[in-house]
Amino acid sequence: MMRYILSLLTVLMLWSFPATAQNGPLRIEITEGVIEPLPFAAPDFVSDSTTGAEFGRRIAEVIAADLTGTGLFREIQPEAFISRVTSFSSPVQYADWKAINAQALVTGAVSVDAGGQLVVRFRLYDVFAGQELGQGLQLVGTQDGWRRIAHKVADQIYSRITGEAPYFDSRVVYVAETGPKDQRIKRLAIMDYDGANVSYLTDSASIVLAPRFSPDGRQVLYTSYESGFPRIYVLQVGTAQRRVLEQQDGTMSFAPRFAPDGRRVVYSLSSGGNTDLYMMDIGSGTSTRLTNAPSIETAPSFSPDGSRIVFESDRSGSPQLYIMPAAGGEAQRISFGQGRYGTPVWSPRGDLIAFTKQSKGRFHIGVMRTDGSEERLLTASFLDEGPTWSPNGRVIMFTRETQGAQGSASLYSVDISGRNLRKVPTEAGGSDPSWSPLQD
Amino acid sequence: MTYLSKTLLLCAGLALAACSNPDRFDDGTGAGFNNGGMNAGMAASASDPTSPLYFQQTIGDRVLFAVDQSTLSSEAQAVLDGQAQWLMTNTDYSAVIEGHADEQGTREYNLALGARRANAVQEYLVSRGIAGNRLKVVSYGKERPIELCSNEACYAKNRRAVTVISAVPSS
Repeated sequence: MMRYILSLLTVLMLWSFPATAQNGPLRIEITEGVIEPLPFAAPDFVSDSTTGAEFGRRIAEVIAADLTGTGLFREIQPEAFISRVTSFSSPVQYADWKAINAQALVTGAVSVDAGGQLVVRFRLYDVFAGQELGQGLQLVGTQDGWRRIAHKVADQIYSRITGEAPYFDSRVVYVAETGPKDQRIKRLAIMDYDGANVSYLTDSASIVLAPRFSPDGRQVLYTSYESGFPRIYVLQVGTAQRRVLEQQDGTMSFAPRFAPDGRRVVYSLSSGGNTDLYMMDIGSGTSTRLTNAPSIETAPSFSPDGSRIVFESDRSGSPQLYIMPAAGGEAQRISFGQGRYGTPVWSPRGDLIAFTKQSKGRFHIGVMRTDGSEERLLTASFLDEGPTWSPNGRVIMFTRETQGAQGSASLYSVDISGRNLRKVPTEAGGSDPSWSPLQD
Repeated sequence: MTYLSKTLLLCAGLALAACSNPDRFDDGTGAGFNNGGMNAGMAASASDPTSPLYFQQTIGDRVLFAVDQSTLSSEAQAVLDGQAQWLMTNTDYSAVIEGHADEQGTREYNLALGARRANAVQEYLVSRGIAGNRLKVVSYGKERPIELCSNEACYAKNRRAVTVISAVPSS
């Protein structure tokens, strides 16, 4: 079902220039209260063929969109360029780029090899230091996969300048929504993190909810009403084949998430009106009960090391966040602010928990440390919910729903600093995003 | 049991309309019964006390809940007493009890809350003598509101449990 199979080879090129380490002034410290976006220039990648040149133009465009989309970079428009880059190997005229205040310069070349593969090379320059930042790289992939190549180049640039792990070469599975609120049609959809290359994984026959990627990005857990009752399914992203995981008669199951080992699933099961947490071994299908309380226990999420589970429970009288050992056992409440807390999600770095908070008639996406301290609300609206982390733990994507009879759901992203709130482009409405790990 | 046979079994237990659209929900107009291809012998008339339409419109097919609550008010209990009586008389029918929530609250919490509400109705009907195997429960959470506005007037009607009558008794 993947639109393309991409065999992407990353080859370190040994250039005649000495490799430079990540030093010099070209550096964004994201953790410090940013800031003025760093100006960069990304001229079209050059090519000696018309096909190559067209890819060169589009690749430079995607790289620029990735970088500016972070809110940390600002693109200098080509009209301002003094130098034209006509050859990948000719020396860079640093003075010309300094003159237009381009602190970073990305140059590249595209060729199409005998087998029809795209061969993309790029270099990153620290203009004010007058030297290359890191080594030149060559990437090879199919023509269909040109966007992935662009994202990989942008990932390199982002990492070299910020020192952070990258996230552009990643995908998002979500629920595509059409139709009015009382008859909404929902389908599972998958797309690149920036909204490109969307394809649909289920038809519109049944309500589907809350897809979640496996740690390797190859499988998706989700809840479907296919049987008439909410049940958990697992779907192979490559083939769109699916099977039901939990179908105990007279029960409903939902809110599944993979354990970091990819072999177990933690989820909610409702039986006799009571919802508790369970863990299932996918291979054997055996499940064990993790909580046993008359309250609602739902929305579980593993810590990245697999040792603990954060979840939502109304055992105190209102929905709050709790952490317990992964095998079950005594839970510690971590949310103590005013309001109701739900859908906690452990960050891939392990240090933060993102959540949905409902307070005074408004909804927020927020983050707190795993002990509940340093709570920060990143967004506010009529209805924000369901955060998911970018692979590097810097960005959160979530659902925002507008109010009233015409209300509709869209995907948004926000930096964990609370800056750079953006709508993620989708064909129709979108909800319940789940961000994949960085692709291989 | 394979998934397919499961679906077929389920469909056998529900009105036909439910089979063509497993996510069907009650829209409050009774259209589900009229369009559902009810058996020819069964009058789908609201004046026939043995008809599901009568159940829906005269007995009352739904009860409402307070915010976050699943306790049955005395008003709700009166409606359910009527439902129980009707089910006692009309033994050819079974029911699916749908639990719903308003749009305040997260998707997951509302699914669990809808399950509580549907279960509260099921338990009440069982306590009034209806066999448990005639009643199934399902939660739609906040997925299927009937009122669309985003204020309490609409929310109050969306926080509901609806008893949907089906023609064939479930196994």
